[in-house]
Amino acid sequence: MGQLRWRGSILGPRFFVYLSTLVLLLILPLLLSPFNLILLEYGLALALVGLGFNLLLRYTGLLSFGHGAYFATGAYTVAMVGRYIPELYSLEMLLPLSVLFSFIVSFVFGFICVRHTRIFFAILTLSLSMLVFALLFKLYHITGGSDGLYIPIPSVFGMVFNRRPDFLSGFFYYFLVFVFVVGFLFMKAVVNSPFGKALQAIRDNEIRAELVGIRVKRYRLYAFVISGIFTGVGGALWSFVNGHVTPEVAHWFFSGEIVYMVLLGGFANFEGPIIGAIVFTFLKLYAMSFTEYWMFIIGITLIILVLLLPTGIAGGIYRLITEIRKGKTLSGI
Amino acid sequence: MILSVEKLEKQFGSLKAIDGVSFGIREREIVSLIGSNGAGKTTLVNLISGYLKPTAGRIFFGGKDITYASPFKRIKLGIGRSFQIVHLFEEATVLDNVRTPLFARYGRIKSILWSADSYVDITREAIGILKLFNLYDKKDSPAKELSEGEKKILDVAMAFALKPKLLLLDEPTSGVATHDKFSVMNTIVSAIRKEGISALIIEHDMDIVSNYSDNVLVIHEGRIMAEGKPEDVMQNKEVRETILGIQ
Ligand SMILES: Nc1ncnc2c1ncn2[C@@H]1O[C@H](COP(=O)(O)OP(=O)(O)O)[C@@H](O)[C@H]1O
Ligand SMILES: [Mg+2]
Repeated sequence: MGQLRWRGSILGPRFFVYLSTLVLLLILPLLLSPFNLILLEYGLALALVGLGFNLLLRYTGLLSFGHGAYFATGAYTVAMVGRYIPELYSLEMLLPLSVLFSFIVSFVFGFICVRHTRIFFAILTLSLSMLVFALLFKLYHITGGSDGLYIPIPSVFGMVFNRRPDFLSGFFYYFLVFVFVVGFLFMKAVVNSPFGKALQAIRDNEIRAELVGIRVKRYRLYAFVISGIFTGVGGALWSFVNGHVTPEVAHWFFSGEIVYMVLLGGFANFEGPIIGAIVFTFLKLYAMSFTEYWMFIIGITLIILVLLLPTGIAGGIYRLITEIRKGKTLSGI
Repeated sequence: MILSVEKLEKQFGSLKAIDGVSFGIREREIVSLIGSNGAGKTTLVNLISGYLKPTAGRIFFGGKDITYASPFKRIKLGIGRSFQIVHLFEEATVLDNVRTPLFARYGRIKSILWSADSYVDITREAIGILKLFNLYDKKDSPAKELSEGEKKILDVAMAFALKPKLLLLDEPTSGVATHDKFSVMNTIVSAIRKEGISALIIEHDMDIVSNYSDNVLVIHEGRIMAEGKPEDVMQNKEVRETILGIQ
């Protein structure tokens, strides 16, 4: 009696889905063409961004329209180290550095933004990211301006890779999967932790959260910084795949793409942003190669999505599973 | 006396919303605060919980002068409160609505890597509170799916989770259907009695007041009009005429 039944226990069906996804990710290099594998890498890097973005949107109730700023911070950290301190240009240095710089930028920006919520928060984040865009664009001599900067292939603990395709389809792919899995597990822990509950409490009722003893602004800032770091790391990993970075990643248009991909996957589910990031990457590329009016296609999918799948792809899948389960129990009687 | 209020005054512009109020609440005592709309009841609760600062007078809690202490400090000292409208974590489960205050109280709210469920003791305590408030069956439902009455009860349970010595409840049965008012009040009061905490409850319904309170405080235009046992206060001529509307 009084048994506590833990929801989401470790060996639930969800765990097996995760495990098979991981196995699939590990064997995909054998199945996918190099081209599609690289697309998947873009998707995985963006999936980290989506996880970070959704910590703010889903779990803290803050819609950022300026996540491009932290993405750019990660990507430009890599580019600038490559240009100015090449002796530090190795993966094991670049990743911690991108964490450090996205921490600093998101801490400062977050400090300003978390004083506000709703549309004011969205506008502030957007404005600050446009500031970053303007700086990257104007400081031509430092940042390469609109031409952007080249991203060399990094060395890894002294190992040197000569051809980008080999690097990307070999070591880097597995490294990316590794970072993704670590980020996934970390974020999963965060949202289920007391800290994650505090964020959701703040989202639901600020007054009560304060009353209960949660320092609302401080916790919003913590969430903002974690979100910014995920986005920065995503940006750094993305830059290795892309080989090149331009100020566009700090533009609100790119931030809008982040919002879009998370809605596409479904922000109400933990896995939604991951699905969204990967689907979006393939959708965008194939739409672009199919027609120069690719934005038109993206727009149409958004409309279809809002009308037919308001909870995104993940929400749709969950609903389907529920329906199937119901059907099963009914026929099982 | 766990709480004593001395010559308290609160001025809003030209309006004296609280005008020289003095009273006390003893340990384990449940006091009802009654008065017509705009009498100053909510203002008085706001002064005691620190949401407003008085223009004159003193407030002592457990012998300590807390007249100018912050609301946060007062919560730590053991003054819990609810508002006229409920403040719940609507999307969260009923269990998490109670567990989150507990995490905060035990200094575990910063914990970021262990799942909330792994805190078995805190989860047990939360479940104990839910049982005390007859909400155990609903523990996995999102708070937004509760009935009005259950929401009111959960609201009090959340304040309760902070282990207050004194609970200030602003109209705990407002918005609850008439036929549910008694059961809601029953649940809340029996939990309060069981833990032996003190309470100041703003309430309109005289039947509820006389059933559940040790003492009644009548406030009118910012002043105390009458004070005492429910049956005595109800006999007071002035109270009958101005508050109860009985000739
Ligand atoms: N923040 C405020 N500023 C100005 N006047 C206020 C404020 N809060 C309450 N009042 C006034 O003080 C009086 C008492 O209000 P209140 O304490 O809310 O009454 P009650 O809760 O008894 O209905 C009312 O006339 C109200 O308009
Ligand atoms: Mg009131």
